Amino acid sequence: MTVKLALSALFLGLVLGLLGALAKTSPYKPLQWLGGFYSTLVRGVPELLWVLLIYFGTVSLMNRLGELLNIPGLELNAFAAGVIALGLCFGAYATEVFRGAILAIPKGHREAGLALGLSKGRIFSKLILPQMWRIALPGLGNLFMILMKDTALVSVIGLEEIMRHSQIAVTVSKQPFTFYMVAAIIYLGLTVLAMTGMHFMEKRAARGFVRANQ
Amino acid sequence: MNWEVIIKWLPRLAQGATLTLELVAIAVIAGLILAIPLGIARSSRHWYVRALPYGYIFFFRGTPLLVQLFLVYYGLAQFDAVRNSALWPYLRDPFWCTVLTMTLHTAAYIAEILRGALQAIPRGEIEAARALGMSRAKAMIYIMLPRAARIGLPAYSNEVILMLKASALASTVTLLELTGMARTIIARTYLPVEIFFAAGLFYLLISFLLVQAFKQLERWLRVDACQGR
Repeated sequence: MTVKLALSALFLGLVLGLLGALAKTSPYKPLQWLGGFYSTLVRGVPELLWVLLIYFGTVSLMNRLGELLNIPGLELNAFAAGVIALGLCFGAYATEVFRGAILAIPKGHREAGLALGLSKGRIFSKLILPQMWRIALPGLGNLFMILMKDTALVSVIGLEEIMRHSQIAVTVSKQPFTFYMVAAIIYLGLTVLAMTGMHFMEKRAARGFVRANQ
Repeated sequence: MNWEVIIKWLPRLAQGATLTLELVAIAVIAGLILAIPLGIARSSRHWYVRALPYGYIFFFRGTPLLVQLFLVYYGLAQFDAVRNSALWPYLRDPFWCTVLTMTLHTAAYIAEILRGALQAIPRGEIEAARALGMSRAKAMIYIMLPRAARIGLPAYSNEVILMLKASALASTVTLLELTGMARTIIARTYLPVEIFFAAGLFYLLISFLLVQAFKQLERWLRVDACQGR
């Protein structure tokens, strides 16, 4: 469940982050403001507060929507709320990572693309995106590790992931230290797994590049 | 949006905010003190000195703060030795449990920041200090640490703001800090959006003030003057 939650939130966060970074680097002022507003607001408020706000705050909204669409009892389940909250937070941080990566690409590459007569969309997808990916990967890996640990917060709204399960085990067995330690070790294992995965992805993304200081 | 409710409960939220500030202030200062020896040991050349801080940092960075908090608050009570010890009145109290966990957690991160800063000091400066006849300890205290403090300060300010947001977790162990207070008020008023919104504003305000304070500190320590190499 934790892995499912983390990967879903990762996907949503990557999309949001990419959109946010595009908005922040776009030449249009309103889009810049929108991107800046999003990343400042989301990064300024604790993740736990977002989880609670999205889970409890959307109840009345969903009720009204349910009445409108004639679906009684429409509500956001804990999983969806968790994915949205964590994806939102990941997206805000990813915005900054992607923005840094976009700015790190030499201007000449974009101009070369224009000179070759590529359209704006193709410049982005064929030129900017692959290079940006390589630069952004270490930052994203860091964020993913943080995201994985933040999934523990979703236990607060009752989703049955590692933390929630260990809480249940604790109430049954009355051995809190043992079971929270088990949870800690599982998280450590997941982190190590993610770290190795990142290592391979970074290697793959950096193929064809020689490190400058070697 | 029901503004009257927000204004009515603002004093209580401010109360929660002071507790949040207390938690964060103690944690980041105590964490910094704990992190200095850890960070120095972590950047040691000898593997046996490096091993212990490495394990410590690996554990505290690899597990969620929530798990650590529950380990300390609920977990320690499992051992009779802890319950019979003189420290039990403190370890029973959610406030001290949270302070302890946050301190240990942030110390791991700060130690890692410090290690990065120590390794980023240009080699020539350390060699110059040694060439002037300073002992290893003296060079560490007078040259390396002040230099590392300036290199690591931006990362440290990041960490303080992360801790501000991590302090929201204290609400899960019944502590009435900003988020805990907001949840209590919501249980009474059934207005989650308004109250969480107000709590969010408080967090934004505090982090804004912290950012400004660190900017002043950076100016005072003349961080920018040290960047040109």
